Amino acid sequence: MNNVSAIVERMSKGKRMQEMLEAKGISPGDLVEVTSSGGRIFRGVVMPHHEFSGESVVTIKLDSGYNVGIDLSDTGSLKLVSKAEPRRAHKREIPRDKTKKTVSVISTGGTIASYVDYRTGAVHPAISAEEMVFSVPELLDICNIRAEVLCSVLSENMKKENWTQLAERVCEHLNSGSVGCIIPHGTDTLGFTAAALSFSLSNITAPVVLVGSQRSSDRPSSDATSNLLSAARLCTGADLGEIVVLMHATTDDDALSIHRATRARKNHSSRRDAFQSVNEPPLGHIDAGGITLREEHIVRAKGKVEVDARFEEEVALLNFYPGLSAERFRRSVEGAKGVVIAGTGLGHVSQGIIAEISSLTRSGTAVCVTTQCIWGSANLNVYSTGRDMQSAGAIPLDDMLSETAYVKLSWVLARTRDPDEVRKMMRNNMRGEMTERRIL
Amino acid sequence: MGSPDYRSLGLKVGLEIHQQLSTGKLFCSCPCDLSEQVVRRFMRLLRPSQSEMGEIDRAALEEAQKNLRFIYESTPFDCLVEADEEPPHPVSGEAVRTTLMISKMLGAHPVDEIQFMRKIVIDGSNTGGFQRTGLIATDGSLAADGKKISISTICLEEDAARRIKEEGREVVFRIDRLGIPLIEIATGPEIETPEEAKRIAERLGSLLRATRRVRRGIGSIREDLNVSISGGARVEIKGVQELYLLPLYIDNEVRRQSALIEVSRELSKRGISELKPKKIDLSKELAKTKSKVLMKSLGDGGRILGIRLPGFAGLLGPDSDGTRRLGPELAAHARVSGVGGIFHSDELPAYGITEVEVDRVRKELGAGKMDCIVLVAGSNENTEAAIERVIARARQAIKGVPEETRDPMPDGITTYSRPLPGRERMYPETDIPPFTVTQDLMEEIGNQLPEYPEETARRFIEERGLSGEQADALVKSGFDRDFDELVEAEIPPKTAARTLINTIAELEKDGLDTSRLNSEMIKAVLRRQTSGDFAMEAVPMLLGRMIEQGETLEQALNSLDISSVSDSEIERVVESIVREKRDLILERRERSIAPLMGLIMSELRGKADGKKINSILTAKIKSVFE
Ligand SMILES: [Zn+2]
Repeated sequence: MNNVSAIVERMSKGKRMQEMLEAKGISPGDLVEVTSSGGRIFRGVVMPHHEFSGESVVTIKLDSGYNVGIDLSDTGSLKLVSKAEPRRAHKREIPRDKTKKTVSVISTGGTIASYVDYRTGAVHPAISAEEMVFSVPELLDICNIRAEVLCSVLSENMKKENWTQLAERVCEHLNSGSVGCIIPHGTDTLGFTAAALSFSLSNITAPVVLVGSQRSSDRPSSDATSNLLSAARLCTGADLGEIVVLMHATTDDDALSIHRATRARKNHSSRRDAFQSVNEPPLGHIDAGGITLREEHIVRAKGKVEVDARFEEEVALLNFYPGLSAERFRRSVEGAKGVVIAGTGLGHVSQGIIAEISSLTRSGTAVCVTTQCIWGSANLNVYSTGRDMQSAGAIPLDDMLSETAYVKLSWVLARTRDPDEVRKMMRNNMRGEMTERRIL
Repeated sequence: MGSPDYRSLGLKVGLEIHQQLSTGKLFCSCPCDLSEQVVRRFMRLLRPSQSEMGEIDRAALEEAQKNLRFIYESTPFDCLVEADEEPPHPVSGEAVRTTLMISKMLGAHPVDEIQFMRKIVIDGSNTGGFQRTGLIATDGSLAADGKKISISTICLEEDAARRIKEEGREVVFRIDRLGIPLIEIATGPEIETPEEAKRIAERLGSLLRATRRVRRGIGSIREDLNVSISGGARVEIKGVQELYLLPLYIDNEVRRQSALIEVSRELSKRGISELKPKKIDLSKELAKTKSKVLMKSLGDGGRILGIRLPGFAGLLGPDSDGTRRLGPELAAHARVSGVGGIFHSDELPAYGITEVEVDRVRKELGAGKMDCIVLVAGSNENTEAAIERVIARARQAIKGVPEETRDPMPDGITTYSRPLPGRERMYPETDIPPFTVTQDLMEEIGNQLPEYPEETARRFIEERGLSGEQADALVKSGFDRDFDELVEAEIPPKTAARTLINTIAELEKDGLDTSRLNSEMIKAVLRRQTSGDFAMEAVPMLLGRMIEQGETLEQALNSLDISSVSDSEIERVVESIVREKRDLILERRERSIAPLMGLIMSELRGKADGKKINSILTAKIKSVFE
């Protein structure tokens, strides 16, 4: 029945139905009459083929609104009744209100801005700036929107070049009059992009707010709405000159947390409050009462935003685990100009790996160490293993997040390869990525 | 007033029956149980999602205009899936099989591949803002009273959260019920009388229970009614829980639609074809009113807004039969906008509004003898919206009966709840893989079809020696499975039947939630009773204690101080009472048995069998006067 091998088999054959439809000149949205193998007749609109549907199954939307799969193998047949009416071009201008401030929205894709096509039932990401804005039209009650779709990629497909482009676009938007910049982003790697912007931009004149959604915006319960609207409120109403991540603080829709970019981590695969500030309290909160920011927040800078968004490609990030052989470790870091190792506990690796660290640093590869515990600080002074790692040339990064360390090392290595300079920069707290005090 | 002639009025009723399953939830691994234990609460907002065509479902839009905050109560019987914090798991195979089984029993044809949909519902009853539902089978039929009723569709969907209360703009739901599988069976609109609807519903209910995978208790089966008469409109009455009220709801709907058709005819006779009333602020005219409702609105900084409905005089109040007409309809629409209701001239002066005030307002609105006036009171914003809705509804009255969804009230009437949902309310649930219905699966299910209700009843009579009445009662109440289990555990059939039919009904009458009873509990109690540990009289007390206090049998025996007494102990008690009441016995002879029985029972309550006491007592009494 619906077991895994059957699904895998169908996926490989799934295209056949589409090919058969194409051969008959039928495409999704067309009205058809279908006679099933069992001889029953259905009338409805052809739907796009589901990846897991059977190869000889056509999905049609009945008049009642239900989709059903009909098997056409053996004696089944299908005939076109009428082609879908061509979609009315639906062009809407984003209105401007002179009394309102202007906020930029630079979209990178993800579930935060997606649409349902109720005719075919397909959900697809907003591909134009207008579509994006009109997915949450309430934004226009708060500010004018200058929207741009930079790319439309699933966040797991983001590359360092996307970070570079994004940093440059943010710089340009802020330097041309926007009071803030909202970046809708897929949540999976949102923390990485936030950190990348944080190291790339300086003298920041306005809030740069990365927002995601854990429930896609085609759903009535989407968290995209409150996250986006709060981001707009933050841009227009706060004296903040930092890169931040804004997401739900709890499962409730009326409490949001503002996280400093270098501290934000996705700590749950599906909950709305997946993001947390690690090793420090959130930078601020937004609720019905308004915006509150911790004293430590950086205010809007004067003058122009500056950008340097070069990143070294050859950097590795890996977790140490029991049984990791020197051989396997060597293969994973081959060719890397920098390596971040998330060690166990205070940052430890096995004796065998310490020898590998030693030979890496001798050949000029930077090796940084964080803790895989997520919370707490790496400390290579407590046990002999840690001290041996330091002797081998490892750079402890204290309580820096492993993901932030990976982004920072990529950024640092694009500017210098000098081991002492790298060590100095990595251990220097540039963007609030490290702290010495962690409170109970 | 007699029954209307339904057939000549062209009554057409379609039934949608919703039955909860006990298979475990549809898209997660939570049990199908309800709980009074609230673990935590959370707040969510819902808004209609916009398609790229800019189409928003009209029912969804109306809900969104209410700007509600939803508070959800979480219990030990729900998880991240119900909280909309985790994607749904693949569909419960057991729930699909049960639905395919009932499809087969109704001769309906399953689809080749089941695909689940998201049906947009943003009244808060679903945390996601949609209900997941799949079409399982179509085109079956049901024979009842020599007539064949078509079964148009059989769907499998998830139940909604339980509405707990509403306070202002906040609505509280409990999510324990969310996700319980619901089989939805829809008949064609071929039912022609209210009684026929009830019989069809009963038959479908007993077929569903025959699968032995359904939940029992209050609310586990709910009916939606689609009712129309010629010249009327399709009206959906949603969520009737009491089967016996079905005919009353239908009858009242027939009367309501007939009355509204009559209103429309009358308006046309009076030459009313359009309606453009002017809204007038009457706060000044009514500034000195003694009406408490109006005073309160004015005191809160609100206002009173009025309109004149030309030619509507006499059409808002009830007709000569007492059937409600436009008044309650207009009021229900006004309430959607947050005001308490309306005041109209067919019922004024009343509510503390004096005749003088009515005259003053009529004059201000320019209302003549044939006109009706309508007032609403509340905040500026609410009254504006409310009066607009009243006007829109009054316009519909010119045309006749509007299509809509209505809520059933406990007294058998219904009130407007929302427009019928539009077409574009469904899109695919892409998180759930489609379910293939194979030939093999259908054959397997065909070989496992349950015993039909009438077969079960016959077996109970023939093999277990029950009366026809008892057998029928067991099957109708859905306790046939428990009966089988009890008899298998060597409980005498009569004892088992009596407990399942009478005892449970008594407990329910005492207001106890018998859905918490399971056959294991009944089995434990009856086993001990059968082996003589206590009397039959103790059974309801023990079961009551076990479901109300959550006690085990042992605990219940202790708290009720029930232990069985030996025959010699019974004799001792009887003897001492007989000695004490010797005079009474000599005076009333056999007729003294009843009062003495009462005295003895109160001393031995539950500890000894009544029949045994009776026989000992009778013997002792005879020995006294003989
Ligand atoms: Zn669950």
